[in-house]
Amino acid sequence: MGAGKEYVCLMRLHEKVEEDRLKEALSMFTGDIYQVPPVRSAISRKLRIRTVYRVDLIEVEGKDVLLKIACSGGTYIRKYCYDIGLFLGVGAHMQELRRIRVGPFSEKESFTLHEVYRAFKVLNEGGDEKDVRKVVKPVEYALSSLPKVYMLDSAVGSICNGADLAVTGIAKLSEGIRRGDLVTMLTLKGEIVALGKALMTSEDMMEKESGIAVDVERVIMEKGLYPSIWKGKKHKLGYY
Amino acid sequence: MISEQTLPPWETERRLVDRIENVTTNPAYGSYPEDRVLSRYIKFGVICVDKPKGPTSHQVTDMVRNITGVDHVGHGGTLEAGEIPQYQVCYRYC
Repeated sequence: MGAGKEYVCLMRLHEKVEEDRLKEALSMFTGDIYQVPPVRSAISRKLRIRTVYRVDLIEVEGKDVLLKIACSGGTYIRKYCYDIGLFLGVGAHMQELRRIRVGPFSEKESFTLHEVYRAFKVLNEGGDEKDVRKVVKPVEYALSSLPKVYMLDSAVGSICNGADLAVTGIAKLSEGIRRGDLVTMLTLKGEIVALGKALMTSEDMMEKESGIAVDVERVIMEKGLYPSIWKGKKHKLGYY
Repeated sequence: MISEQTLPPWETERRLVDRIENVTTNPAYGSYPEDRVLSRYIKFGVICVDKPKGPTSHQVTDMVRNITGVDHVGHGGTLEAGEIPQYQVCYRYC
């Protein structure tokens, strides 16, 4: 959710429009746009702002217009086409739509169900696991667009057991985190430990000596992978 | 009308800053995401499926469940009903 999307969209104008006017309209419809969700939608129909990062005009043929749209999550392309139609004064609707990107996943890296099936079939028949490792990507990859907070090995155990992340446990972090941002909490090996809400900005996390930095909302790593250092026994972590 | 062009999130790179310098991690615990044991790799995995026009996202999720044998499978994207070939992500963990 909330990840950026990219679409290829076939828009049909209800009357022919000159290409220059169309281009002008598209440039008006880039950046932050207002949008009311369509009548048939799963969310409440309130005016909201969505960002269109880029619109490329791929082809115009008569009334048909082929567009490539890069936008933020939650942008309705059907509505977008309709609004462009209103702006041009001729009316328009969306004819066909294909999503070509969700966050870090682009169309080029997608696999058909046949390919997925084949990879697992090979594995189940005792073959190589290479294809499965190619088809399946680690969860961390899907979350790679979120800001990151890397923690020390010594902090991992407590996070897995439900503690919030204190600044002292942070090893490195992304720049530009604001309060309330959803962040991923990773080990220094890059494994996902948990998702949470930042309670401090990046600068605060760098400067402060104590305090809770991230409010953990969902723990993903299972317990026991990293030692629970607060339990009596002395664990030799061999670092820090 | 705000006309400033912002880059889409997948093209902007976030810089990392060190809070503590030269930290190391103990190889005895955990593993790098790509090097997980296969069963864990699949369990904490994501598949990017090119979904054909016919079946619904729900059906595709079920097919992925059957193919992989993982109990918890979910999907992360559906377009409005009645749409043409789309592209979607199926993910699964736990």
